[in-house]
Amino acid sequence: MNVKKQFKDGLITNNPVLVQLLGMCSTMAITTSLFNGLGMGISVLIILTCCNIVISALRKIIPNDIRIAVFVVIIAGFVTIVDYVLKAYLPALSESLGVFIPLIVVNCIIIGRAEAFAAKNSVGASALDGIFQGLGYTVVLTVMCIIRELLGKGTFGGGLLNGGEGVAIFGESFQGAMLLTMPFGGFLTLGCLIAAMQFALKKSEEKKKKKEENK
Amino acid sequence: MLSSIITISLGAILINNFIFSQFLGCCPFLGCSSKVDTAIGMGLAVTFVMGLASAICYVVNTYILVALHLEFLQTLAFILVIAALVQFVEMFLKKSIPSLYSALGIYLPLITTNCAVLGVVLLNVQNNYNFIESTVYGITGGLGFLLAIVLFASVRERVQFAEYPESFEGFPICLVTASLLALAFMGFSGMSIPV
Repeated sequence: MNVKKQFKDGLITNNPVLVQLLGMCSTMAITTSLFNGLGMGISVLIILTCCNIVISALRKIIPNDIRIAVFVVIIAGFVTIVDYVLKAYLPALSESLGVFIPLIVVNCIIIGRAEAFAAKNSVGASALDGIFQGLGYTVVLTVMCIIRELLGKGTFGGGLLNGGEGVAIFGESFQGAMLLTMPFGGFLTLGCLIAAMQFALKKSEEKKKKKEENK
Repeated sequence: MLSSIITISLGAILINNFIFSQFLGCCPFLGCSSKVDTAIGMGLAVTFVMGLASAICYVVNTYILVALHLEFLQTLAFILVIAALVQFVEMFLKKSIPSLYSALGIYLPLITTNCAVLGVVLLNVQNNYNFIESTVYGITGGLGFLLAIVLFASVRERVQFAEYPESFEGFPICLVTASLLALAFMGFSGMSIPV
């Protein structure tokens, strides 16, 4: 099993959000504070890993014709568990993520990975895939949160540090571009991040080509 | 009653547009908007399913789940209802209106995983809407989606001929376009309707 390659796939070359373009809704909607981003990312990571393990373990029993329906039922089960755990132990997070926690059921990342990976690979590999793809998602969410929060409100770690207010990086009198914390900022930040990713991937490909030519 | 319906409709179509202010249903919004024709088809199909799903899920929630104290099964029950509904609509259209069926094609089964549909059903429960309010919210939410996707598709058809940095090719430029539309829709958020 190629752990290193899976790690790189999940975080960079096949990042669920920036390269596969899955799960955009939640990425744009909830990335307004670091607390939201981390909470959502980790919830998805846990659900994705559990679903991958179960689906991969059952992959030989599930009839091919109704596999999507079976996947959805399994996913909905885990989402309900996480939803209720959050409501019980982290009510603040549950409130600020609102309807987006139950909506993880229709998050394309989970059903996409179930179909593309877990339905074809062993339990161990699927578990690792779940962890790394979930990490890739969490990292993108966190980066988006940090950018939007820093430029929009001038703070870092909203909901987590400094009693939920976040640490003011630019001093108290800083007036951020409030627009970035609004829906407009969600679309724009994600657009710029994907553009940066495309730029970076292209550059690294060109470098590889040049190396091969030199040889 | 009438005033609450008007409030819900205006809110769902303009002020809290499902795409531009709530980020529900972004995947089909970005995926099926390269041409105005397919955008209209997708929008209409989503509107239809959202309206029907709101009505049926209200009944399922009130008379089965709440009555039997099975609220924890909500997510599971709703997604199954929606999946069955989409399958049913697909079969019905195939038999009775084949022209519309072939026009919608692949987009029809994809509606199951559209988060706007599950989203509207969950929001109905969260807002404690009654049967009529739920149905109205579903239909007008769908109309808001239709408006957004048609506007976006017509802008995208023109963006194809524009010049932009190479790295923005494909999705990123669409997202930037969408962000500008979201900015325009933010203008509606100043509207307040006395209830």
